[in-house]
Amino acid sequence: MVNIIIVMQRYSILSLARNALSGHRGWAEAWRSPPLKDRYDAIIVGAGGHGLAAAYYLAKEHGITDVAVLEAGWLGGGNVARNTVTIRSNYMRDESIPFYVKSVAMFEGLTRELNFNMMHSKRTMIDVLQTWGMVRDRRRRRLIMDIYGATYEDISVDELRRRVPALTGGRPDSRLPILGAAVHTDAAVNRHDAVAWGYARAADAMGVEMHQKTPATKLLRGADGAIAGVETPRGTVRAKTVALAVSGHTTTLTETAGLRLPLRTINLTAFVSEPVKPVVDVIVNCPDLGVYLSQSDKGELVIGGATDLGQSFRRDIKQSVFEDTVAAMLDLFPRFRRLKLMRQWGGHLDMAHDATPIVSATDIPGLIVSAGWWGGYKAIPAGGAGLAHLIATGRPDPLTAPFGLNRFRTLDYVVETGTTTAR
Amino acid sequence: MLLIDCPFCGKRNESEFVYGGPAMPARPADPSALDDAHWVDHLTVPPNPMGPVEERWWHLRGCGSWLTIRRDTVTHAIAEVRHGG
Ligand SMILES: Cc1cc2nc3c(=O)[nH]c(=O)nc-3n(C[C@H](O)[C@H](O)[C@H](O)COP(=O)(O)OP(=O)(O)OC[C@H]3O[C@@H](n4cnc5c(N)ncnc54)[C@H](O)[C@@H]3O)c2cc1C
Ligand SMILES: [Zn+2]
Repeated sequence: MVNIIIVMQRYSILSLARNALSGHRGWAEAWRSPPLKDRYDAIIVGAGGHGLAAAYYLAKEHGITDVAVLEAGWLGGGNVARNTVTIRSNYMRDESIPFYVKSVAMFEGLTRELNFNMMHSKRTMIDVLQTWGMVRDRRRRRLIMDIYGATYEDISVDELRRRVPALTGGRPDSRLPILGAAVHTDAAVNRHDAVAWGYARAADAMGVEMHQKTPATKLLRGADGAIAGVETPRGTVRAKTVALAVSGHTTTLTETAGLRLPLRTINLTAFVSEPVKPVVDVIVNCPDLGVYLSQSDKGELVIGGATDLGQSFRRDIKQSVFEDTVAAMLDLFPRFRRLKLMRQWGGHLDMAHDATPIVSATDIPGLIVSAGWWGGYKAIPAGGAGLAHLIATGRPDPLTAPFGLNRFRTLDYVVETGTTTAR
Repeated sequence: MLLIDCPFCGKRNESEFVYGGPAMPARPADPSALDDAHWVDHLTVPPNPMGPVEERWWHLRGCGSWLTIRRDTVTHAIAEVRHGG
């Protein structure tokens, strides 16, 4: 039963023209700010990509709309807005690839589905390979990806230089000469704010409530040990099902209920250059050196590097990580030496013991976690759908079933390395 | 950049060291006395506080010693550096 209780204002060229004529004063708010109730059917903690997508699919696919999404800060102010928007499915394991293939495909239809312009832009990703170990790793990946319909094609160094003329480093006389490259044509970039806002607006239109500036400070358990709700500075909110999608703060919250999870919180960072004329039209990923970059529609180069290795709850960039990333970039793109860098930032996320995400029920009945998304922007549509399925039915859907916590109990790890640098 | 005060070499830049992972809690004296859940927790669950953690660093480009440091995950401040585990 889906109660469409709010009429969502449709965005179109006509509505744009009409509102332009009236000085843009006629736009309705994209979502409501209703009063916080003290009880819901389900609570989702965290209004990032995963929490909002789960709220949307919960209403749309399962008809569950008595849902509150509680957000400590503001909607879409977390990692969903701090990442480098690389959307891709070149992963390594049979358990991961079909999930990411599906998520990449869902992203392609999202603009239409949510009536929100995601500025989705297919951008081939090219992995630049500089060690034989990496060449072998990519070949192995290609063979597995082939099974699941993800594209990965080897190209020669000459073809790489033809496609990415700015890449003039990595010559045969350099420390790490380029040996080859692998092309993943399924990759894409889009606009992260639009993903958060689009899901939020569509979920709101089906009756889901979003409450900003409402941190969950403590998980509440009933006398039977099951989850009973959460404590917030605005009062206690009760629900029989609580799902955590708090990226980086999963253990901060579960430990308030005595639950320990195999997660470490780490810091990832990025920076952008001044806008320049079109210079790279693909996502270039250099896993051996630890740098990847793409060019935004505005012309800025968006550059990411390796993680800060130790645990970290910081949102800034460590100077040594920044320097290493810049040095790696200049090795391959010496002409970028003259680029001015405009902004840098970071975010903290959690990573599971085997580096594969967790979408799972827990030892606390009614408590569900979606965590370990250290490269989980690309995973928002399929991860949100999987989380919604778990909340609604108590069982995982087939694509997220391998991401259960039980794999640790049975030592059945899904060891995944992403592509080392490109999340 | 962390400044790690190696007991043998003095204050050195983080770039001289290799991160060796979180220092896991002491190995249970009698693993066979634990149930599977607790043993797996011991293997896979590191402390993850917003606050001090203990971690291993290898002074590879220095004296070669393995050190344990206590560092705050929010401020990066290092409260203690000691040789070995
Ligand atoms: C620099 C950087 C680059 C990245 N690049 C990529 C990339 O190219 N491709 C890719 O796929 N992924 C990338 N990622 C990873 C991606 O951003 C994350 O995996 C993903 O955004 C995490 O899921 P989320 O959107 O739900 O998280 P978030 O947006 O962080 O949502 C979690 C929300 O929970 C809220 N919260 C936390 N604690 C509480 C509490 N107690 N109560 C209430 N609310 C709480 C937070 O405020 C936050 O809004 C990158 C990340 C970073 C930092
Ligand atoms: Zn030393």
